[in-house]
Amino acid sequence: MAVVKSIRPSGTVSGRFTGNTRLIIGVLLIAALLVAPYVAYPGFLMKALCFALFACAFNLMLGFVGLLSFGHAAFFGTAAYASGYAAKVWGLTPELAILFGGLVGGAMGLVIGAIAIRRQGIYFAMITLAISQMVFFFAIQAGSITGGEDGLQGVPRGNLFGLISLEDSLTMYYFVLAVFLLGFGLIWRIVNSPYGAVLKAIRENEPRAISLGYRVDRFKVLAFTLSAALTGVAGGTKAIAVQLASLTDVQWQMSGEVILMTLLGGVGTLVGPAVGGALVVGLENYLATSGLPVTMVIGVVFVVCVLVFRRGIVGEINVFLGRRR
Amino acid sequence: MFELLGIPPQALFGQLLLGLINGSFYALLSLGLAVIFGMLNVINFAHGALYMVGAFVAWYLMQYLGIGYWGALILTPVVVGALGLVIEKTMLRHLYKLDHLYGLLLTFGLALILEGGFKYQYGVSGQSYPVPAALSGGTNLGFMFLPFYRGWVVALSIVVCIATWYAIEKTRLGSYLRAATENPKLVQAFGINVPVMITMTYGAGVALAGLAGVMAAPIYSVNPLMGSNLIIVVFAVVVIGGMGSIFGAVASGYLLGLMEGLTKVFLPEASNIVVFLIMVVVLLLRPAGLFGRER
Repeated sequence: MAVVKSIRPSGTVSGRFTGNTRLIIGVLLIAALLVAPYVAYPGFLMKALCFALFACAFNLMLGFVGLLSFGHAAFFGTAAYASGYAAKVWGLTPELAILFGGLVGGAMGLVIGAIAIRRQGIYFAMITLAISQMVFFFAIQAGSITGGEDGLQGVPRGNLFGLISLEDSLTMYYFVLAVFLLGFGLIWRIVNSPYGAVLKAIRENEPRAISLGYRVDRFKVLAFTLSAALTGVAGGTKAIAVQLASLTDVQWQMSGEVILMTLLGGVGTLVGPAVGGALVVGLENYLATSGLPVTMVIGVVFVVCVLVFRRGIVGEINVFLGRRR
Repeated sequence: MFELLGIPPQALFGQLLLGLINGSFYALLSLGLAVIFGMLNVINFAHGALYMVGAFVAWYLMQYLGIGYWGALILTPVVVGALGLVIEKTMLRHLYKLDHLYGLLLTFGLALILEGGFKYQYGVSGQSYPVPAALSGGTNLGFMFLPFYRGWVVALSIVVCIATWYAIEKTRLGSYLRAATENPKLVQAFGINVPVMITMTYGAGVALAGLAGVMAAPIYSVNPLMGSNLIIVVFAVVVIGGMGSIFGAVASGYLLGLMEGLTKVFLPEASNIVVFLIMVVVLLLRPAGLFGRER
């Protein structure tokens, strides 16, 4: 299989800056997120944050290991069911329910990753897609847990740590924001760790990484597991925030959507997928009321991204800033 | 009549026939995918959508031009093939130098456009397409009832698969094709126009999907989402068969159709996932696929 030629990062936005500038940009972004619910509808923002985290977790695989998974909906959806079920039936507090979702996602990622890793490139995409389709059919069959076509409805938001009620949308938003920042921080930490450096080495030149003595498959499976676990956290948070887990979350179209988010924002950049996720959710929100065919518009955006806009928004910004230096 | 494990033979053979029919479509579609992949190294995600377009083209021909099934059988592959030529010339062509994944992503986007567009226009309910008069009715074989049209579908798909295999493995054009797969630069140096050959290959592979669409129209209703779940099963079939071989694609298509039919008899709940389960087992035992070679 050919070495990945162009699915690779063009640096991160913060990567272009040093020291204080980076700190200031980070603080500004967080400040913007903190005041956002006073400007926009919190329900929409929560959803956008969940998908932003989903896309960032997905990008850990595509952007930093160079493997395209076409089955991340399986982790997202299953974790949404798991968290929703834990909160609704077992009465777990939201943070424990989300943690449980993350664990379920990670466990699935470990199993599916170990199977799919046996083939590379295009095959990897097709295999993950097929396995996630299997998970989708399981979700239909297990109607007593998933609620079948109706989905798992009326998931309670509950009390954070058993103390703080999340019924208020504003409180819920800040909780989702905290989860997002934690998840994002973890991804940042992974990418900038020695482990992340090995992942990048595998992406750039796998035979060389093998000859240097790295057990490449183990690194990949671990990355896949981490990505799936974080995807699970995103799915679980979404189930609690929107109070619903449905077949849409586990359907293969969702896997396609997260690819689009990542591609649109910028593959292999740290903040790109988050930007893409927010944009796609916003676009769908807008289209849902406009009467235009949503799938078709998403398809057009997809084709345009692949043909002429492969670096994505943040990737283009990086190139632009790089040129000015 | 005899009974097998408490299953009445009518049910058993009925499901086997259904499996064989599904297998015919799996085989035709995975054949097209294999032909395209062999030459372009692109997994054509739009294959299922183009199969759906094929069924709609047949329906349009009937509805607006009064051209019946037999005419559609010839015209539809031409129309869908032409659409394929346009896709290759205007879009896919620009992605060959990049990672193969971009081809997959582009065709995925195209599938969304086609399916979204048709769904917008026609909703999710199906348009009915009649079985051609010459093939209506059926015959009782003693152990089961065989509708003529279904027998025809199985027979035609086998003929088409063999013809395609023959064209690629035994003819001069096929030898050019195989040579260009191995070493396009060298073949081009011999004065053969490889880019045109690539375009034509994509057109031909896609035309096969269109043909499958026409054949499917009288059996399943013509609806915008008919290809979207099918294509994932076909992907699994292709992984099981192994990408390298045309024969593998066809054989595993029929084989898995039959397996699915059998599962419907003995364990109906598992019939949706049996193909995927087999894929997992094959991957664990023989990662290159049943008929494939590691590359």
